Amino acid sequence: MIRYILRRIVYAIPIAFGVSVVCFSLVYIAPGDPLQTVMPPDATAETIAIVKHAYGFDRPLPMQFLIWLGRVVTGDFGVSIATRRPVFLEVSEALANTALLAMFAVPLAFFTGYVMGAVAGSFAGRWIDRVVTGAAVVGVSLPNYWLGIVLVIVFAVEYMVLPATGMGPSGSTAFNLAQWSNVQFLVLPVITLAMIPIGILARTTRAAVAEVRNQDFVQTLRAKGLSEWAVTRHVLKNAMPQVMAVMGLQFGYLLGGSILVETVFTWPGSGFLLSKAIINRDVPVLQGTILVLSLVFVTTNLVVDLLQSLIDPRIRRA
Amino acid sequence: MSSLAYDPRDRGGPQQPMLIARDLRKHFPVKASGGKSVQAVDGVSFSVGKGETLGVVGESGCGKSTLARLMLHLIKPDAGELVFDGDPVGVAPGIPIDALRRQVQIVFQDSYSSLNPRMPVRDSVAFGPFVQGKRKDEARQVARDMLGKVGLDPEIFGPRYPHELSGGQKQRVNIARALATGPRMVILDEPVSALDKSIEAQVLNLLRALKRQLNLTYVFISHDLNVVRYISDRVLVMYLGRIVEFGPIDAIFERPLHPYTRALLASRPSMDPARRIELPPISGDPPNPIEPPSGCRFRTRCPFAEMVCETADPMLGPLQGPQSHVAACHMQEAHSGHSLAASA
Amino acid sequence: MTDYSSVIPAKAGIRGDEVPAAALDPRFRGNGGVIKTRSEPFLEEQAAPATKVRGYWESVFHRLRRDPVTLVFAVIVLLIVLAAICAPLIAPFDPYKESIVGRLKPLGWRGHPLGTDELGRDMLSRLIYGGRVSLLMGIVPVLIASLIGGMLGIAGGFIGGRTNTAVMRTMDVFYAFPSVLLAVAIAGAMGGGMANGMLALSLVFIPPMCRVAETATTQIRALDFIEAARASGARTTTIIRYHVLGNVLGPVFIYASSLVSVSILLASGLSFLGLGVRPPVPDWGLMLSTLRQSIYVVPFVCALPGLAIFITSICCNLVSDGLRAAMDVRM
Repeated sequence: MIRYILRRIVYAIPIAFGVSVVCFSLVYIAPGDPLQTVMPPDATAETIAIVKHAYGFDRPLPMQFLIWLGRVVTGDFGVSIATRRPVFLEVSEALANTALLAMFAVPLAFFTGYVMGAVAGSFAGRWIDRVVTGAAVVGVSLPNYWLGIVLVIVFAVEYMVLPATGMGPSGSTAFNLAQWSNVQFLVLPVITLAMIPIGILARTTRAAVAEVRNQDFVQTLRAKGLSEWAVTRHVLKNAMPQVMAVMGLQFGYLLGGSILVETVFTWPGSGFLLSKAIINRDVPVLQGTILVLSLVFVTTNLVVDLLQSLIDPRIRRA
Repeated sequence: MSSLAYDPRDRGGPQQPMLIARDLRKHFPVKASGGKSVQAVDGVSFSVGKGETLGVVGESGCGKSTLARLMLHLIKPDAGELVFDGDPVGVAPGIPIDALRRQVQIVFQDSYSSLNPRMPVRDSVAFGPFVQGKRKDEARQVARDMLGKVGLDPEIFGPRYPHELSGGQKQRVNIARALATGPRMVILDEPVSALDKSIEAQVLNLLRALKRQLNLTYVFISHDLNVVRYISDRVLVMYLGRIVEFGPIDAIFERPLHPYTRALLASRPSMDPARRIELPPISGDPPNPIEPPSGCRFRTRCPFAEMVCETADPMLGPLQGPQSHVAACHMQEAHSGHSLAASA
Repeated sequence: MTDYSSVIPAKAGIRGDEVPAAALDPRFRGNGGVIKTRSEPFLEEQAAPATKVRGYWESVFHRLRRDPVTLVFAVIVLLIVLAAICAPLIAPFDPYKESIVGRLKPLGWRGHPLGTDELGRDMLSRLIYGGRVSLLMGIVPVLIASLIGGMLGIAGGFIGGRTNTAVMRTMDVFYAFPSVLLAVAIAGAMGGGMANGMLALSLVFIPPMCRVAETATTQIRALDFIEAARASGARTTTIIRYHVLGNVLGPVFIYASSLVSVSILLASGLSFLGLGVRPPVPDWGLMLSTLRQSIYVVPFVCALPGLAIFITSICCNLVSDGLRAAMDVRM
């Protein structure tokens, strides 16, 4: 078991390394001299040469990467072109706000999607299965940015029961989870963010449960005289590893989806930061945000894998 | 042995064996074992005469299928050499592997996975002639002829897909596929093991008829002794990657020399109540092929095992002519140190 | 009393290929159960009845024809695509023609069945024209990814060993990014535009496509008929062309069809973020983004581009589900 955990952690290191290579190269696929991202436009040729040397841009690419990696490891992600603040600060503040969204969206998505899928899978072929399957297809096909706009139109424009955008009433500084005046801003973004993962999770869970129910051991359980409820418990337990794998991926989808959803609701999270960085062509912020988000994703997948191996001993031996 | 019609590809004449294997060896490295390997085939030498059927028997895992694939160079041997009709295989002045594959073909056990599920069977049969340079329409014509030869109406069965055929029909298609390139020798790797008994007899009869008709040489691999006896001229008994006994079919069945062969023969199911088996002739599973026993590999399951069996490797006696019958057992070797050894 | 019939597993170990054995073998029909094995040993099965022979794709189409739901949605997708292609013929107005007096008008205003946008352009015409960019950006990346990812996967899977490990580990790196994030990162760094958007989406879809092709190829490669083909002297390229492609195409196609909907959503998402085409070119994602400011004026009109994306996406999804069901047969 410990060997498996170690192996899995060791395996994540080259992935994280590869991720940083991709993020590093983002600056180079951007049109124009990468130096322009750190230089004022009116700099003289001489200063450019000095800065070039100072930043190591005159070195060969692998060296540049190592220098960059060294800076990143110490938390130096460069400076935002738009705000002139350190990217690290910008990203960590934004990430905290995204985490707040995820804290509600993830449990909502996982619980709803799992229950829907488990019910549909247990009653495969019946009307409730069709309803859930239909709803899940809708969830999967919804453009979440559009869903956000529609929700705003309905709840903020037509009925005016919830705020349209932002993260708290104007003038408020800290987000207070105990106050409805703050919490109401969470409702629409959380629902929007959860919608696609609910659909995907419901579909996967349904498929996994239906598949397990068709296996021979289920017949054996029935033949042993177990109640239908007890059989269902066995089935759900056996479908769990597959469901968990998808949950891990959906966590990443939520991170990605936050770009669009936060843009719609102007929620000052990492996704909104990213979309601002795109508009401002703020490459250091773009690079930093993507690096942090993908490392979060790599870590989550690692944790999910380890949890899965706790549940399903077959994985450890593979 | 049947008299051979003239084949322009025959280089060595009737006395030259079709295939000689000398000290073939194939070990598969096992990843999780730290440099150890499965000794699938470990120093195997034999020859197949022209026009004969050589049976290869042994328990599952004894290296029979590896041997089959080595004979076609589908996997490269670690050591040893193959001589096809007098020409060494795959070395400079001899016969290249491509050319070998024009003259040797193989039929696999699993008739299901040995046909492309997305191809009508006539195309599967035509594929061999096609890649060996025939035009598509010529290859199709060959396929039609071959399907007819194996007893399948090409008009009815040719356009079908493998899942639309029964196991016996699929195996006939496989035989047609192997014969479509006009080989001189066919390796049959458990060709009837997956078939029902009634179908098995049909396919065996078909194989015998085709052999006569097309002057073929067979290597027939099976774990079923009755099947081997029905079809073979000589038999090679394998145990854990080595040959333990080799000889003419009747000699082996009537006077088995090696205790393993005797055990195999005794374990055959019999219709005769007088021959009902009371005790299992061999107990236990074969030892781990990663770490085979020292000395004689059968000693861990042999009722006659003695000290010498642990320390010395029994040698297969020298072959003297096609009728010679030899076994790798200390009891057959004079002065081997075994108490039951035949005295000189 | 307990009804034990429900306890017996439906498929009690009967292999699929044994059914035709009984059905086609004349010994199971009509000659009194006499088993003949000696006389005419291998001519018996010729008497088998000629049944309708269907190839794989034929049988898939056959099954699809009996699935009205999938057919209906396929027709809708076809209509959307046709409308986009024939946009100049069916659009009632010029999608670029602005009107100062006719800005942000509701549904049905003066011959504009779906109203007008923030520059007074006809919404229906813009939606019809918008399908061109949106569909193109949705479909092209899937095609590119199927081609490149499919080839990489087949090559890696067939060669196996270290080459395959190298290819798949590289793909794993791209797996470590959530797909939206990767698309936004690449398109964002390259500075948007339709070509860059399509390139970014292609890069996002190559790794999963590669994995699908690799898995299918690895499974096929282990089967005996590949070894038989090699034994008849076929080169690797010939084996791939005649024996691997036909078997890998199915899974790749199923997966590609399921990607179309995702790709359309992602492509419109990129446009929504300003990473797709530039104004005034009509595109559903971009329209949704520019109309967002006007939700207090004409809420329904503002929601229309998103509705177009949603309808296209859900129809593609349902067609893909139908295809998967029709193609999912063990053969």
